[in-house]
Amino acid sequence: MPHIPLAPDLPGIRGAMAFRPETAKPMNEIVEILLHGPHSLTAGERELIATYVSSRNCTEYCHNIHGAIAAAHLGGNEALVKQVKVDFTRAEISPKLKALLTIAGKVQKDGKLVTTADVEAARKEGATDLEIHDTVLIAAAFCMYNRYVDGLATALPDDPAFYRERGKRVARDGYVTVSKEYLAAHAAAVAR
Amino acid sequence: MPHIALPEGLPGISAGFAFRPETAKPMRELAHILLHEPNSLTPGERELIAAHVSSRNHCQFCYLSHAAVASAHLGDATVVEKVRADFLSAPVSPKMKALLAIAGKVQQDGKLVTAADVAAARKEGATDAEIHDTVLIAAAFSMYNRYVDGLGTWQPDNPAMYAPMGEQLAKAGYLRPTIQAPVPQAK
Repeated sequence: MPHIPLAPDLPGIRGAMAFRPETAKPMNEIVEILLHGPHSLTAGERELIATYVSSRNCTEYCHNIHGAIAAAHLGGNEALVKQVKVDFTRAEISPKLKALLTIAGKVQKDGKLVTTADVEAARKEGATDLEIHDTVLIAAAFCMYNRYVDGLATALPDDPAFYRERGKRVARDGYVTVSKEYLAAHAAAVAR
Repeated sequence: MPHIALPEGLPGISAGFAFRPETAKPMRELAHILLHEPNSLTPGERELIAAHVSSRNHCQFCYLSHAAVASAHLGDATVVEKVRADFLSAPVSPKMKALLAIAGKVQQDGKLVTAADVAAARKEGATDAEIHDTVLIAAAFSMYNRYVDGLGTWQPDNPAMYAPMGEQLAKAGYLRPTIQAPVPQAK
């Protein structure tokens, strides 16, 4: 039961964003750039970082939806996504992504835990300054989205098909486009 | 020592923003809306929430910056220090104490916020919008703090350095950089 009245047909972060569209706008722009826009890290890799951090924060809505978006980018490979959540060191992902996930895991707890050695390990596997920067920022940003979703006690769907379908949509169209649709639909419904 | 080649002489988050202006823009906009734009909570109250969360996250740059902005808005530099030391006995309203309690829980884990915490805030007059924004300010500062720390940015520890920045941010908000040129680093 959400702590404030949120639209019952908009679960997870969507209900919160509909409550406060002004802050939803930059929040969607941040995640659009970090996870969906062109990048030397693939969208699948970046969504795995977001999913991993959300899983460490035990934010069910977020790790479910970003796991589904990751899987959509990765040819439907839900097993890989699950392995990253459980133990990424044994997942079939690149050594570079493993080094970046290590950094993300530290940021998730406290940014001060990132060491020079962690960063050197990522560089050794070919990570660039931009990739390290964005890994830190994705992890930091998901510590925000996760706390927002949990802190308002937003509604949590439990049907995997819900996340799978949404995941495909977001993977295809991105966050800004999808958010404009549900925010506009909600505003129209409220106006009626 | 920063973990990546950040522009030199720019403290804290300004270095990260200069390195990656694309993400800086919406991050600034979010802070501007949450902390500076019109709201039933005063800017001083909202900056106290930001400083409280930053203090709990032990992020020096963020705490000192937002303490400076809070002090500029409140016209009193002692309030934010008293909130940092013990918000329950600080000279702030009962509503602010209830909202700071919620913010402190969100800083740790959003799932720690209980219906009782929210009821306590409502009892002191907090609205849905104020509860929403308290949660989001606390969540957002959990991001900004990790960003500043996670990149290993230069975080000056002289509070006097932050006062002019605090005045400027209190006046103009967060949309434009307040520090454009490198700041001499005292050794």
